Amino acid sequence: MNTSITRATPESRIMAIVSILLIALLAAAPWWGKTADLRLIGEFMIYLSLACLWNLLAGYAGLISVGQQAYVGFGGYMLFTCAIYLGISPLLAIPVAGVLGALISVPVALLVFRLRGAYFAIGTWVVAEVFRLGFAQISSLGGGSGTSLPIKVMKEMARSKWMREMMVFETALLLGVGTLLVTYLLLRSRIGLGLTAIRDSEVASVSLGVRIERIKLITYVAVAGITSMIGALIFITKLRITPDAAFSVNEWTAFVIFIVVIGGIGTIEGPILGTIIFFLLREYLSDLGSLYLMLLGGMAIIIMIVAPKGIWGYVRERFDLSLFPVGYRVKLDK
Amino acid sequence: MEWVNAIIQGILIGGLYALFAAGLSLIFGVMRLVNIAHGDFIVAAAYLAYVVVAATGLHPLVSLVIIVPLSAVAGYALQAGILNRTIGDDLLPPLLVTFGLSVILQNGMLELFTADSRKLDAGLLDIQNFNLLPGVNIGYMPLLMFVAAIIVIAGLQYIFYRTSLGRAFRAVSDDGEIAQIMGLDNRKIFAAAMALSFGVIAIAGVFLAVRANFDPFVGPSRLIFGFEAVIIGGLGNLWGTLVGGIILGVAQAIGAQIDPGWQLLAGHIAFLLVLAIKPRGLFPRIDG
Repeated sequence: MNTSITRATPESRIMAIVSILLIALLAAAPWWGKTADLRLIGEFMIYLSLACLWNLLAGYAGLISVGQQAYVGFGGYMLFTCAIYLGISPLLAIPVAGVLGALISVPVALLVFRLRGAYFAIGTWVVAEVFRLGFAQISSLGGGSGTSLPIKVMKEMARSKWMREMMVFETALLLGVGTLLVTYLLLRSRIGLGLTAIRDSEVASVSLGVRIERIKLITYVAVAGITSMIGALIFITKLRITPDAAFSVNEWTAFVIFIVVIGGIGTIEGPILGTIIFFLLREYLSDLGSLYLMLLGGMAIIIMIVAPKGIWGYVRERFDLSLFPVGYRVKLDK
Repeated sequence: MEWVNAIIQGILIGGLYALFAAGLSLIFGVMRLVNIAHGDFIVAAAYLAYVVVAATGLHPLVSLVIIVPLSAVAGYALQAGILNRTIGDDLLPPLLVTFGLSVILQNGMLELFTADSRKLDAGLLDIQNFNLLPGVNIGYMPLLMFVAAIIVIAGLQYIFYRTSLGRAFRAVSDDGEIAQIMGLDNRKIFAAAMALSFGVIAIAGVFLAVRANFDPFVGPSRLIFGFEAVIIGGLGNLWGTLVGGIILGVAQAIGAQIDPGWQLLAGHIAFLLVLAIKPRGLFPRIDG
């Protein structure tokens, strides 16, 4: 009996082609869609990225953070600082925000990494609160009541409103797809192997020589950087920033956690599926207001108890399906 | 004198923070569970007190005789019905389930009680005070709160180290599997610990409601204050939570004295400083 080792599966090859076609279709959205479509897809991409990033932290690196809003808000405020005081165009400010976010996350990591497990989670929340209260003290950025992007800044970005919408949309798509691709490639790399090992057993990976502290730090900093870029993008679309909106635990962390938990934590496909479910639910149920949030929380609790690997984890076990394979499998040739 | 006054008021508030922290510390000690919804349950207890006081006309502090047992039963049911299913080697399920509970509680209370802020009226206790030093007046309510914190912590300490239930708590905390071999039912002991924690939550909730305005969304910051007090005091040390609470309260009072906007920030910074200098807290007992 011969065996061969493969990574790709028939369905993953199909999925690769479908993904490329889908991305091409989405990239052409400005030519077939309306402003409302662009905004919806852009928002989808934002939540997709945040979900992928949180999944990388919690699902793989074992870093359960409830304070990712720290970086969303930080990125947003860096955008406003760059655009208002440094004269940097908003789109160019996105990578700047990313670099600054990654830089500030290093001292933060040194502090919060001293806390373990669940206390790490609340520690990250404290940091986000410190950021929120800190930015509320900066009067040149509007203090507690926030500030708006000057019209001049937006006009300089592009002449027409449609042109701006299109640029912001394509940036959102680029960041969304880019985050997905980076996560995917990272998990297939050496670091990804370490991350997957940490996910499965921290103790075993240490004993096999995986340098978990280093891998965790790299992951935390990278996620912080990309999250800050997303944060900058979010507040380009919102045009206005306040400390409460920028560092909202509900918008930027609770929703994201529900997306990942419902879709399937610790899988690549889970956050994608979760974001689709989240947007469908929101479309039909968000009129319910606070009942809708209770429903989301209830769903997440039930899934965590009944099927801790989420909907995708269940599908994968049942049908042995892997659309974006990161591991290798042994195939028996008959 | 202004500063002395601020510091003394800060110490007294520290008692309330210790009440927030004690329940959190207790369940972490027994089952390594961090209840993200801890603060929201405190607020829920405050609303329960609000309803009971409105219905019966009892004094808020007297209403404790109804609220503490009710809350303890709710804690037992929560642990036995839901949280026991999530306890295991993986930290994620209990954390995310309590996170979900937090969102459900906040929005549930919003549906039931609207976003209006409320406060319980403690009558004369609210306004009467005595003069300690020139320029330093101590209110009876904050003093009572501080004394209550000391009694609660002393009580928990007694249960933990002097009773058979406490022995069972320490046994499952040290080694759950061996404890089971010795005939302890971990699930029941966890539920008992949660019931005890919820008893403390009820006391904290009533004092929260008497001291200041509350609304459905103040829970998370109470969780954070409690958590900071736990970490400053040192994991697993009940008396440490009182010290942690006092340090937090004093830091906030000093911050507020400098600039009102700095009140909360100063508390968080004190916490981060302790984390940077003594990551295991000032008086650690167990490993996280």
